[in-house]
Amino acid sequence: MASLTQSRWFPLVALIVIVLALAGLAELAPAVMQRRITQGLINLVAVVGLYVFVGNSGVLSFGNVAFMAIGAYVSALLTMPATAKAVFLPDLPAFLATAEWPAIAGALAGGLAAAIVALVTGFPLMRLSGISASIATFAVLVVFHVVIGNWSSVTGGQNSLMGLPIYVGLWTAAGWAVIAIAVAFLHQESRSGLLLRASREDEAAAAASGVRLVAHRLFAFVVSAFLSGISGVLLVHFLGTARVETFYLDLTFLIIAMLVIGGMHSLTGAVLGAIVITLVAELLRQAEVGVSIGTTTLAAPLGFGDAILALLMLIIILFRPNGIAGGREIAFPKTQPQTRT
Amino acid sequence: MIGRMLQVVVDAVSVGGLYALTALGIGLIFGVMRLINFAHAQLITIAGYAVLLLFTASPVLAVLGAIIAAALLALVVERTAFRPLRGADPAMLLIASFAVSFFIEKVMIMLVGSRPKGVDFLPALAGQVEVVGIRLQLLQLVTILVSLVLLVGTTWFLKSTRLGLEMRAAAENFRMAEVLGVRANRVIATAFALSGLLAAAVACLFVAQTGLVQPRMGLQLVIIAFVGTVIGGLGSLPGAAFGGFLVGVATILLQALLPPELRVFREAFLFLAVAVVLLVRPQGLIPARGLKERI
Repeated sequence: MASLTQSRWFPLVALIVIVLALAGLAELAPAVMQRRITQGLINLVAVVGLYVFVGNSGVLSFGNVAFMAIGAYVSALLTMPATAKAVFLPDLPAFLATAEWPAIAGALAGGLAAAIVALVTGFPLMRLSGISASIATFAVLVVFHVVIGNWSSVTGGQNSLMGLPIYVGLWTAAGWAVIAIAVAFLHQESRSGLLLRASREDEAAAAASGVRLVAHRLFAFVVSAFLSGISGVLLVHFLGTARVETFYLDLTFLIIAMLVIGGMHSLTGAVLGAIVITLVAELLRQAEVGVSIGTTTLAAPLGFGDAILALLMLIIILFRPNGIAGGREIAFPKTQPQTRT
Repeated sequence: MIGRMLQVVVDAVSVGGLYALTALGIGLIFGVMRLINFAHAQLITIAGYAVLLLFTASPVLAVLGAIIAAALLALVVERTAFRPLRGADPAMLLIASFAVSFFIEKVMIMLVGSRPKGVDFLPALAGQVEVVGIRLQLLQLVTILVSLVLLVGTTWFLKSTRLGLEMRAAAENFRMAEVLGVRANRVIATAFALSGLLAAAVACLFVAQTGLVQPRMGLQLVIIAFVGTVIGGLGSLPGAAFGGFLVGVATILLQALLPPELRVFREAFLFLAVAVVLLVRPQGLIPARGLKERI
């Protein structure tokens, strides 16, 4: 045990234990609470996915929600019952119209599709430097939003896709959260991940030391897109419907806020941010629903929760720019050696 | 046939002008602070709502109100959110501006609701005029004129006034400019006020064109203008204006030339073209001098 607390694997084990403990607690909670925590775990997968690229490369990406959308729609189209597709999407190409893949195959296909798109779009994008690259990822988000919202024969356009198999419950989400954390940890401890982190600290010095910046960024971008794609899959198979509006600026903001507030330079920060903001958002949601005192209901206006979240994020940026985790990984509390005075 | 072509050209130039003004407003702030100002969208939106509030009283009042509202909001945002972050890492600034933008948008939705509202602003401009036998919308000509005047005016300000000179110096090398006696606070505040003015102009023209205000009106313009600043070359003001103009023209040309069933994907094609430009010239069409970090 002592060796584990000192080991480099400690953060991985600790984070997995935290996630599983959270899921275990949720098991005992009422059904509504359980749903919220499931959604929180899905967000956690999305935040960890974003972290793999943003945290290690230092380049902010606005595009990951597009990868979530791609994963979501690919899985939705592959797993929806053929009868439902015949009603909602009569013009589907034949192989999609008849496809009724098992859930796990659909999920992996969704993640892979997102990863492939990231590989293709990332190829030009990763040549750009910091800020330009971020803006370009924003363009990726807009492009896929426009395409999914208008490609009516395949995605249903502005209409929701309904009747998706709902198979994501608490433990499916928790399982994928564990996988996401493991993938992100293995990536950041890998040679490619470490070189990328070096380039984040000092781009010029890393390049001068022979780090192939573009290649490592692209690799992280693809891994990140895969996890984002999976989180999109989980989200639509949790809700049972896929709507193009779900995957746009509000979700982008939520995921980025979670990462920034938690601390975008460590995996612990990503996990912590997702958990903390899920709890805060739940409290704010209660505020929007309102508190009844006697016969009057005090309710915050719609949009209040989002405004508070944005404010919280600004306060963190101003006063604790490295987020709650402060850029460090979770560590076993050390017993202070006694010092003589 | 010639008439239709001329119509497309006028459309393209007027929309291009609108995006050029938007991109210039974003470019000004990027120049002095290395900050991509997402909140520029909300400057446009608040100016739009100022027009909604005042247009029944008098059009002049509405325009003045729009300018004051946008410039004031720009200064408040600069003072409260961006000044404490001056000199922070650009990625952090980008996140901060995203948060500021989101915050203002949500507060506005809380205050005015999210439904679009109709504004019959400057109905006289909806009329048509005949130029060499071709009927053109007056509003488009006014848009072109206003864009031209503001672009020339901004250029004059930057080239010929002391404050403009200081601003260009700050854009080139902020620390060096400070060391040589440029007062940072004044220069940055001026840049923000100026970007507010440009946002107000865009808002007035846009509202007159669409006849609607809604909390997300600025965002549509700003997202496309962002792309303009990137392909023009981040940090270069002529680049921003030119890039903005180019994307505006491209949207109209795509609209005119694409087959109808592909028109809904207009933005997708536009951004695809942008990706190609960036592959060839990652620094943009008119790369900024002095942007490259010195080591």
